[in-house]
Formats: sequence, structure tokens, C-alpha cells
Amino acid sequence: MDFTHSDHPPVPLRRSGPTGRSGPAEPTGRSGRSGPSGPDDGALALKILVAGGFGAGKTTLVGAVSEIRPLCTEERLTEAGREVDDLGGVERKTTTTVAMDFGRITIRQGLSVYLFGTPGQDRFWFVWDELARGALGAVVLADTRRLTDCFPAVDFFELRGIPFVVAVNRFAGTREYGPDEVARALDLDPGTPVVLCDARLRASGKEVLVGLVEHAGRVHAARLLADAAPVR
Amino acid sequence: MAPGPHPRNPLAAAHHARWFDRDAGPLVRPYTVTGGRTAAGGRRLDLIALVVSEPLALGELAGPGDFGDPPALQVGPEQARILALCRGTPLSVAELATELDLPAGVVRVLLGDLQAAGLIRVRHPVLPALLPDERILQEVVHGLHAL
Repeated sequence: MDFTHSDHPPVPLRRSGPTGRSGPAEPTGRSGRSGPSGPDDGALALKILVAGGFGAGKTTLVGAVSEIRPLCTEERLTEAGREVDDLGGVERKTTTTVAMDFGRITIRQGLSVYLFGTPGQDRFWFVWDELARGALGAVVLADTRRLTDCFPAVDFFELRGIPFVVAVNRFAGTREYGPDEVARALDLDPGTPVVLCDARLRASGKEVLVGLVEHAGRVHAARLLADAAPVR
Repeated sequence: MAPGPHPRNPLAAAHHARWFDRDAGPLVRPYTVTGGRTAAGGRRLDLIALVVSEPLALGELAGPGDFGDPPALQVGPEQARILALCRGTPLSVAELATELDLPAGVVRVLLGDLQAAGLIRVRHPVLPALLPDERILQEVVHGLHAL
């Protein structure tokens, strides 16, 4: 069994997922077979999103803390996205392609954190939904010169109950705002942490992520307690 | 779905090129490698779902150049690549999409085939609320500090 150090694994890791049910073809049962299982068994991946307005430093932050720095794309077919094409009268379907930054931090063998930079443009919201599913939490990067740019991200995560921290990326030559000023300006729910950061610096990015994971842990623990409380 | 009007050879491509403007994108569209399918059967794979090749699958394939008849699935070059990449090392769907330079949606379809054929194992991510142990988050915090 993976995570043998765990005294009480209440959730069967192999089949847990968004709905707790296993997919039809998911070969989960094979984990029970004997023999060397290899390093992949028990591998656990967590997802953290990095959101914020255009130019707020998402790519910079992901690049600063990640051990890899790739880009991946997601594409959606858009029905009748364009006019009918002349070619043979065949209506073309067009696609929308979105590029996302992503990074990885290996905590140890079998435990990795993946970071995804959310695309900034409005028309790419479909990617946000996809990304947000099952996310541990999010970092909303804020640029105090354009604070309104992160309103959509704040709303998105608040509405979905996804724990997030606001990280104020300090740009040279900008006026310093205190975390409480930013929290007020963004009308954040009480308890949502606001931290100051420099997205270019690995150490600073680390601190932001640590703050987020701790916050997410508190939020999830509070939810567990609330769920466990007797309902009247 | 019928294949789109995309010429398969360069001459034909040149002939048809003038019919396409820049917005038309690449002549061979990404979903060509999935036979036009845009959704995989089975459960949707998250971008951080981890994929690892079944040892069995590697035995069946003589090599990346040999596409002759594994019983369950005709493995195309992209799928052979996936099997090779995930040999022993779990890779996320996002990483595979990057390695193959294909949209994640295309990779999902390819993975769906491989999964149905029993050639890969997929580990779906755990919902944070279902994390088996709060110590995992503590481990993450410590790991981040140690970076």
C-alpha cells in the first residue's frame, strides 16, 4: 500500500477522484497484484492555479519556482465558429487554442505539485473550469496599478469555494500598499490571506505557495469539521 | 465524422494552399491523429492525471517503429511515443501534451484508447477534500520550504 506511514487512510487512493467513483475502464484493481509495483504506485499529484490579470507576473512566478517550464495547450472545437467556407461548401469547424504555463515541483518521489497559469483573456474561461476542478488552491497575483484586473479571478475562486491567497506582486516604482488596503480594495472575504511578493524571486514565490498550502489546509480542515457537525 | 478536406500530400497541400488564409491554422489539424474524435470514452482525464505504461504493453511492442498488431489496439506513432515516455515514470497529461506538442484534448483521446486496451495505467488526482491525510499537506509545506 502506498503511504504506509499513514495510520488511517480513510480514502482508497487509487480510485479517488472528483466524484469518488472509478471510471469504467480504470484498471484500479491491478494494484493488488503481487510483485514489484514500481515508483509510480502511490504517486500523488496536487494542482495549484496561478491567476491574475495580464502582465501581473503569472508566467514569472511559475517559472521562478518550477523545476520545469513547459507550456501546454488545450483546444476546443468551436461549432460553426466561422462563416461557411467556400471550399466544397463544407462548413468548417474552427478551434480555439489556449496556451497555459505550467510547472512542476517534486516534493518527493510520488508527490508532486503542478502549477498552472490560467489564461488571462475572457474567452478562455472554459479552461478555467477545467483547471479549477480538483485544485488544491489558487494564487491570485495582483498588480496594484491595475487591481481591478484580478476581480474576475477573485470572484471565480470565491464562488467555487476554492481556497486562494492574493499575492501582491511588487513592481519597481509603484506605491506600496499594505495587505489590509489591498484586501479592502478587493473586498475579500475575511480570512483570505494577502501577501506581498516579488514573483521573480524563487524564495518569494516559495513563501506565497507555502502560505497558500497552509491556508488551503485550514480551509479544508474547517470544512471537514463543519461536515462532521450534527445537522439540526 | 468524415475527415475534413485536408490534403494528405504536399502537392495537394500546395494546390489547396491558396484556399486557406492564415486563420485556417495548420493544414493537418490536431484531431486528425484521433480520427476526428474529440472525446475519449470513459472518465475524463484531468491535466494532472498521471499516466504510466503497463509493463505488458512494452513487451508487446517490438519498438517504436513496429506498429504491427498488438492484439487490442493498432498503436499509432503518437501512442507509441506516449508508451515510451511513460515507461516507469508517471507523467501527467499536461506533460504528455507538451512532449507530443498536441493539445491536451487530443492527448486525452489517445490515452483513452490506450487505457481501454490496457496498455497504460492512469491515476486520477485526489480531490483536496479527500486527501487521505493532512500530513500530506504538511509534507508539501516542508518540501516547499526545502526548495
